[in-house]
Amino acid sequence: MVYQQTAPEQNKRLMFFVPVIVFMTLAIYFAIGLTKDPSRLPSVLIDTPVEDFQLLPIKGRANPDREWGLETVDFKGEVSLVNIFGSWCISCQIEHPFLMQVKENTDVPIHGIDWREKNPDDGPNWLARKGDPYTLIGDDPDSKGSIAFGVTGAPETFVIDKNGVIRYKLIGPMDLKIWNETIFPIIEELRKQ
Amino acid sequence: MSIKAFVVTIILVLASTQVGAVEPSEMLDDPVLEARAREISSGLRCVVCQNQSIDDSNADLARDMRILVRERLLAGNTNQQVLDYMVSRYGDFVLLSPPFKSSTYLLWFGPLLFVMFGLAALTMIFRKGRLQDRLQGSGRAMPLGDVPQLSKDEQRRLEKLLAENDRDKNGDTL
Repeated sequence: MVYQQTAPEQNKRLMFFVPVIVFMTLAIYFAIGLTKDPSRLPSVLIDTPVEDFQLLPIKGRANPDREWGLETVDFKGEVSLVNIFGSWCISCQIEHPFLMQVKENTDVPIHGIDWREKNPDDGPNWLARKGDPYTLIGDDPDSKGSIAFGVTGAPETFVIDKNGVIRYKLIGPMDLKIWNETIFPIIEELRKQ
Repeated sequence: MSIKAFVVTIILVLASTQVGAVEPSEMLDDPVLEARAREISSGLRCVVCQNQSIDDSNADLARDMRILVRERLLAGNTNQQVLDYMVSRYGDFVLLSPPFKSSTYLLWFGPLLFVMFGLAALTMIFRKGRLQDRLQGSGRAMPLGDVPQLSKDEQRRLEKLLAENDRDKNGDTL
């Protein structure tokens, strides 16, 4: 007779391979997870309107026609960027010269949120020394404005469409490569709408 | 005496963890509201340090978030409204215990699933063992399932061989 033992042997092989496959799948997922930077949280605010907020102007930037330095309505009307910065923030120093270039070479308004200066003079002094790329600036000593944007660190830059809806979030300093490959194409696309 | 000192130390150490990072200047005058603020804060993740609650963390942003929680409570928000606001800004990530919803079922039930797999595997192995015991009268491992049936011819040969074997052992052939 033909000695048939295939069924139990298959079972046995299955019992061996199922845990191995489960383990491999988990290992692959975790390995992918390890390559991600946990401090870069995906924003839940993409495609949501900028929250209602009002920030006072920083020293030296008060405008008699305006009550606030930066507020929600400022994002209505044209595509703009908002950049969270602080004079204490090292990466912002690295990013700063590029923001100056954007100001000089493009017509894209960059608004600033001056986040958590220890001394209210620090931000204005920093900008006076290095140049001021910002169209409007709000002072954010108690993180109200930053929390409204779900900020976890500086610098962060958001692209806001002309209806005041957040369309993109950049964590970390912007540079020419990111501008050319990501930020500017998004701005151009949003301007067409 | 030394045991008493030990117990007191333990109690003090445990009590000290209840203090968190809340500074006296942040605290609300109303003890009921302050207690609610503490409860909410201890469930909110510090988005800078990530493995601490904002109640425990002395990061600047955590401090500002604690103050925001208290301001919202003073403005009459419920605990849930405060949590909802933070989630609306930072996503579910800001909650230290993940919410129970369809996208997190795997997270909540995953461990249970693994335990069930394990139990099923164990049951299969034990059952197999017992059945083999019954078939063979010993615990020797042998694949189970469709145990091949012997034909009548084979059965007779087997019995003959076994009988010879018995005779060999018992020395009957002498």
